Amino acid sequence: MDWAYFLQQLINGLTLGAIYGLIAIGYTMVYGIIGMINFAHGEIYMIGAFHSLITFLICQAAGISGILPLTLLLMLFVSMVLTSVYGWGVERVAYRPLRGSFRLAALISAIGMSIFLQNFVQISQGARVKPMQPLVEGGITLMESANFDVQLSYMQIVIIVLTFVLMVVFSLLIAKTSLGRAQRACEQDRTMAGLLGVNVDRTISTTFVMGAALASVAGMMVTLYYGVIDFYIGFLAGVKAFTAAVLGGIGSLPGAMLGGLLIGLIEAFWSGYLTIEYKDVATFGILVLVLIFRPWGLLGKPEVEKV
Amino acid sequence: MSAAFASSRTNGSEVVKELAFFAVIALLMSVMLLGVETVDRPTGLELAVRWDLVLIAIGATVIGRLGLIFRRENISRLGQAVLITLSAVAVFEMFVRFRELDDRWVSPVFLDMVFSSVVSTIVGIAFVAIIFATAYFTMKDKTSADVEESAKLSSKIQLAYRSNTKKIGLIGIIFFIIFPFIFGEDRSAIDLATLVMIYIMLGWGLNIVVGLAGLLDLGYVAFYAVGAYSYALLSQNFDLSFWLCLPLAGIFAASFGIILGFPVLRLRGDYLAIVTLGFGEIIRVVLINWYDLTGGPDGISSIERPSFFGLADFSRRVPEGTIGFNELFGMEYSSMHRLIFLYYLILVLALVTNFVTLRLRKLPIGRAWEALREDEIACRSLGINPTNTKLSAFAIGAMFGGFAGAFFATRQGFISPESFTFLESAVILAIVVLGGMGSQIGVVLAAIVMIGFPEMFRELAEYRMLIFGAGIVAIMLWRPRGLLSFRDPTILLNMSQKEKVAGEIK
Repeated sequence: MDWAYFLQQLINGLTLGAIYGLIAIGYTMVYGIIGMINFAHGEIYMIGAFHSLITFLICQAAGISGILPLTLLLMLFVSMVLTSVYGWGVERVAYRPLRGSFRLAALISAIGMSIFLQNFVQISQGARVKPMQPLVEGGITLMESANFDVQLSYMQIVIIVLTFVLMVVFSLLIAKTSLGRAQRACEQDRTMAGLLGVNVDRTISTTFVMGAALASVAGMMVTLYYGVIDFYIGFLAGVKAFTAAVLGGIGSLPGAMLGGLLIGLIEAFWSGYLTIEYKDVATFGILVLVLIFRPWGLLGKPEVEKV
Repeated sequence: MSAAFASSRTNGSEVVKELAFFAVIALLMSVMLLGVETVDRPTGLELAVRWDLVLIAIGATVIGRLGLIFRRENISRLGQAVLITLSAVAVFEMFVRFRELDDRWVSPVFLDMVFSSVVSTIVGIAFVAIIFATAYFTMKDKTSADVEESAKLSSKIQLAYRSNTKKIGLIGIIFFIIFPFIFGEDRSAIDLATLVMIYIMLGWGLNIVVGLAGLLDLGYVAFYAVGAYSYALLSQNFDLSFWLCLPLAGIFAASFGIILGFPVLRLRGDYLAIVTLGFGEIIRVVLINWYDLTGGPDGISSIERPSFFGLADFSRRVPEGTIGFNELFGMEYSSMHRLIFLYYLILVLALVTNFVTLRLRKLPIGRAWEALREDEIACRSLGINPTNTKLSAFAIGAMFGGFAGAFFATRQGFISPESFTFLESAVILAIVVLGGMGSQIGVVLAAIVMIGFPEMFRELAEYRMLIFGAGIVAIMLWRPRGLLSFRDPTILLNMSQKEKVAGEIK
C-alpha cells in the first residue's frame, strides 16, 4: 500500500469534509429548532460564494488585493454579513408564514425558494462558470516518496484552521450565551419557551442567520480552494451537506461536523481508489445505508414515537 | 426591532423605523448580487456597476412594505392597493433592466415596453389591473362578520365544487377530447397540449404516492427515466415495437419502485424525501456514466416512433410491406396525423391512470393508503402492514411514471439524462401539491398553470424558472393546502357532506 497516496487523500478528504461540515451545521440547527429541511440552504452557500468573489473583485478594483490578509478578512466579513441577510430574508418570506401549517408545505416552499434563488443568481450574474485566480498559493511538502509527494497547501491549512475556530466559537455560543440557551429551549418546546419569555421568532431568525453565516464561509473557502464557481454549485453541495447532517445525527452540532468530515473522506477515498464518476453515488449510498440501519445518525438520539 | 412588527397602532416614528429597517435589508441584499455584475473578459473577470437596480430594489421594498403596513393597520383600501401595484411595477422594471442597457439612467423601460405596441399596452394594463384588483379585493376588514361571510362563501364554493366533481371532470374530458378538432391545424397548440398532458399523467401517477399514501417522493423522475430508457433500449437492441414495450416499461419502472422502496419505506416523511432524491440522482449519474449501455450524456437518438397499433405507419414513405395511416383511412397525407395520434395516446394513458386511481381509492388497498397517511400508528395497531401497503403505492405510482416515460421517449425520438434532472421531480411534485394533494382535478389545473402558461410565454424564457420558483412560494403562502384543497379521506365515519366541508375550513 502506498502510504503517501493514502495520506494525500486523507488531507484532501479532511479539507472537503470541513467545507461540508460548515454547511451541514446550518441544516442541523434549523432542523433542530423548527423540524424542517431548509432546502434553500445550499443556495445560501452558493450566494456566499458569489458574495466573496465579488468582494474580491472589488478589492482588486480598489487596488488593495495586494495586501492578502486584509483582502481575505474583508471577503470573510462582507460575505458573512450579506449572506446572513439572505438567510434571514428567506426565513421571513418563505418559512415563517407557514410555520403552523402542515409539514410538507414548508418543504415545498423551500424547494420553490431554492429554484428562485438559483435562477436569480443565474440571471443577475450570468450562467457562465466564474473563474478566480488562486490567492493563497504554495504549501508544505510533508513526505517525499519515489513517485509521489504529499502536499499540504496553505489553503488547506487555512480551511481546516478556520473551520476549527468557527466550530469552537459557535459551540461556545450555543453552550454559554443566553442566545444559545434560548435556542436550546426552543428546540425542546417552542410554546413553553415562548411562555417563559423567549422571543421565539427572533431566536429562529438568529438560527437562520447563523446557519447562513457559516454556509457563506464554506462558500468563500470553495471559491478560494477550487477557483471556479457557478450558480449551480448549491444543489449538490446542499444535498451532500444534508447527508452529512443526517449521518452525524440531525440536530446535533458535533454530529454535523463529524458527518461532514466522514462524507469528505468517503468522497476523497472513493475518487482516489475507485472511480471518480461514481463518487456522488457513494455519498447517496451512504445516506441510504445510514437511514436504514441507524436513522438517528451517529451522534443523535433515537426519536421516541409519540401518539 | 421586534416592537415595530408588533405595533397594532399606527405610530409615525415606528413606521419610519420599520421602513428604514427594510430599506437597509434591501440594500444589503441587493448591493452585490444586483449592484455589481461580473463580466467575463479575456483578461479575467471584470466588474460592471448597476446602481440603478439597487435603487429600484430598495424603492420597491419600501413602497411594498408601506403598502403592507397600510393593509395591516386597515388605513386605506385604495392606498394599499396603489402602493402594492407600484411596488410590483418596480420589481418588474428591475427584472427587465437585467438585460444589457447602454445607458443605465434612461427612463423606465417598463413604459417603453408598454407603449411599444397595442398588444403590449393591453398586456401591461392587464398586469397592473390584476395586481391592483387582487390587492384591493383581498384586503380583509377586521370585523368578524365579514370574516364569517367570506368563510361561508368559500364553504359554499367548496360544496358546489364537491357535489359537482363528476360533472366538472366530464366537461374536462370532453374538452380534451375535442381539443384537436378545435386546434386541428395548429401544430404548436397540439404540441403544448401533449406536453401538458404528459405532466398531468405524471402528476396523477405521483398523486398516488404523495396524495393518497402521503409519501413524499422527490425522485419520481427516476421512474420516468427508467420507463423512457427501457423503451429506447428495448426498441433499439431487440427491435421490439412500442406497443410491446409500453407494458414492459411499466413493469420495469414498478420493479425499480419495489427495489428502491423496500429498504427506505420505513423512514419518516422528510427522510424519505431526501432518500428518494438521492435515488433520483443516482439513476441520473448512472445514466450519464454507463456509456456502453445508455450512450452517456449523448443520450439515445432516433428512437422508433409508434405505429397505428401495429397496423399502419405514420411516415410519408412507409417501409416495404406496411401501409401508411393515410392509406388505411383513405386520407391525404398530413404530418399532423402523427401528432394528433400521439395526443390521443397520452390522453388515453392519462385517463387510464386517473381511472385506476379512482377505482383504487374504493378498494381496501386505497382505503389502507389513506388511513396510513392519516395515522400510521393506528394503522399498525389495526393490523395493516405499513411496509407492504406503502410499497404497493410506490410501485403503482412508479408504473405510471414508467408508462409516461415510454411515451416521452417515443414522442421525442431522443432522450438524454438532461431530461431527468431533479428539477423535473420538483415540477411534478409542485403540480401535485399546488393542485391540492389527493385532488385529481387539482392536478389538471396545476399542470395547466405550471406548464401551459410558462410555455406560452416563451419570450420570457430566461425568467421562466425564476417566476416558477417565486410562484411556488407564493401559492404555498396563499393556499398552503393547494389550489383545490381536498385532502380528507374518501370515507369518514358519521360525517355528512356539509360537516366534512365545515370541518376542513376550521
